[in-house]
Amino acid sequence: MAKIITVTSGKGGVGKTTTTAAIGAALAKTGDRVAVVDFDVGLRNLDLVMGAERRVVYDLVNVVQGDAKLQQALIKDKRVDTLFLLPASQTRDKDALTEEGVDTVIAQLRDQFDWVICDSPAGIERGATLAMRHADIAIVVTNPEVSSVRDSDRIVGILDAKTLKAIRGETVDKRLLLTRYDPARAARGDMLKTEDVLEILSIPLLGIIPESGDVLKASNLGVPVSINDPASPPARAYMDAARRLKGEDVAVQVPTERRGGLLGKFLRRAA
Amino acid sequence: MKLWGRLFSPASAPEARERLQILLSHERQILGSGDDLLSVLREDILAAVAKRVTCEREAVKVRLERGSPLSILEIEVEIRGNDLTAKAA
Ligand SMILES: Nc1ncnc2c1ncn2[C@@H]1O[C@H](COP(=O)(O)OP(=O)(O)OP(=O)(O)O)[C@@H](O)[C@H]1O
Ligand SMILES: [Mg+2]
Repeated sequence: MAKIITVTSGKGGVGKTTTTAAIGAALAKTGDRVAVVDFDVGLRNLDLVMGAERRVVYDLVNVVQGDAKLQQALIKDKRVDTLFLLPASQTRDKDALTEEGVDTVIAQLRDQFDWVICDSPAGIERGATLAMRHADIAIVVTNPEVSSVRDSDRIVGILDAKTLKAIRGETVDKRLLLTRYDPARAARGDMLKTEDVLEILSIPLLGIIPESGDVLKASNLGVPVSINDPASPPARAYMDAARRLKGEDVAVQVPTERRGGLLGKFLRRAA
Repeated sequence: MKLWGRLFSPASAPEARERLQILLSHERQILGSGDDLLSVLREDILAAVAKRVTCEREAVKVRLERGSPLSILEIEVEIRGNDLTAKAA
C-alpha cells in the first residue's frame, strides 16, 4: 500500500517538478518502488526533467479515460529500476481529468508501489485540487519570498478543505520544503528567515534546498538532481528530505555560503 | 560607495515578515470563513434535498460571487433523470 505524496505550492515556478523528480529518485534509490505522476495536464514537464520525453506513448489522461492500461503508460526509469513515471497529457481539454478517473488510477497505483508522488500544476484550480485529492502527505514547496509564502498559506487552507482526508475529517500531513534558498541573500538579511516562514505557515519543515546551478545542469541533462550529482548540495538536501519522509531523524542543515564569487575570493585571500 | 550603502541599508527581510503576518491574518479570516460558509451551506442544502429526492453528494454546487452592491449566491442541484416524485417521508 503506497503512501501518496502531493507536491504543491499555489505559486508557479517555485520548484515542484524539480522536487518531484529529485525526491522520487532519492526514495527509489533506497529500493522502494516509486511512481511519479505528472498532474500538470497541458503543460507536462516531469518527462523532460526525468529524461523520458521520447519514451512517452500513453499518458495519465489515456489511462483515466480507459484508452490505455496503467501498465502501458508507466515508463520505467533507465537508471533506477524501481522508479516509474506516469506522464501528463498535452491536451488542452480542461475536463480531461475526472474525480472518478483519478480515483481509479490512484487506487491501482496504491496497490503496486510504496510511494506515489503527484506533481501538482500551479494555481488553485481543478488541476491542483485533483492532484492533492488523495494526498496522505503534502509537500508545500515554498521560496523564501513574500508572494510564494502567501500562496503557500492559501494552499495549506485548501489542503485542509478539499483533500479526501480533510473531507473525511482527518488531517493531511503537511510539510514545508523551502527551495531556492540563497545563503548570500540570507546573510545580507534580504531573505525571509527559515524561522519566519515556519512561524508564518506553522507546518513542520521537511528540508531546505539551496539555490544552485546543479539543478539547472541536471534538468538540462534530463536526470533528477539527486541521481545526476549525488554529492552536490541540492542533491544532499533532497536525499535528506527523502530520508525524513521515510521516518528517519535527520537534522536539517541550513545551507551556508560557498565562498565563490568575487567577495569570496577576496575573503579567502584575506584570511 | 557600494559597501557604504550596504552597511547602512537595513535588511529588508524583517519588513517582509511583518507585512506577511498582517496580510495573512486578514486573508485567513476572509478566505477561511468564506470557504467554510460555502461548505456548510452545501451540506445543509444536500441534507434538505436528499430528504425528499434521491441525489448524490457531487450533485450540489454552491457558488458565491462577491460584488457590490449585490453578491450572488448560486445554488445548483443536478438530479438524474426526471424522477422528481417525493421520497416517502
Ligand atoms: N534549487 C534550485 N536552484 C536553482 N534553480 C532551481 C532550483 N529549483 C528549481 N529551479 C529552477 O526553477 C525553474 C522552475 O522549477 P520547476 O519547473 O521545478 O518549478 P515548478 O514549481 O514545477 O513550476 P510550474 O509551477 O511551472 O510547474 C526551473 O528552471 C528549475 O531548474
Ligand atoms: Mg511543474
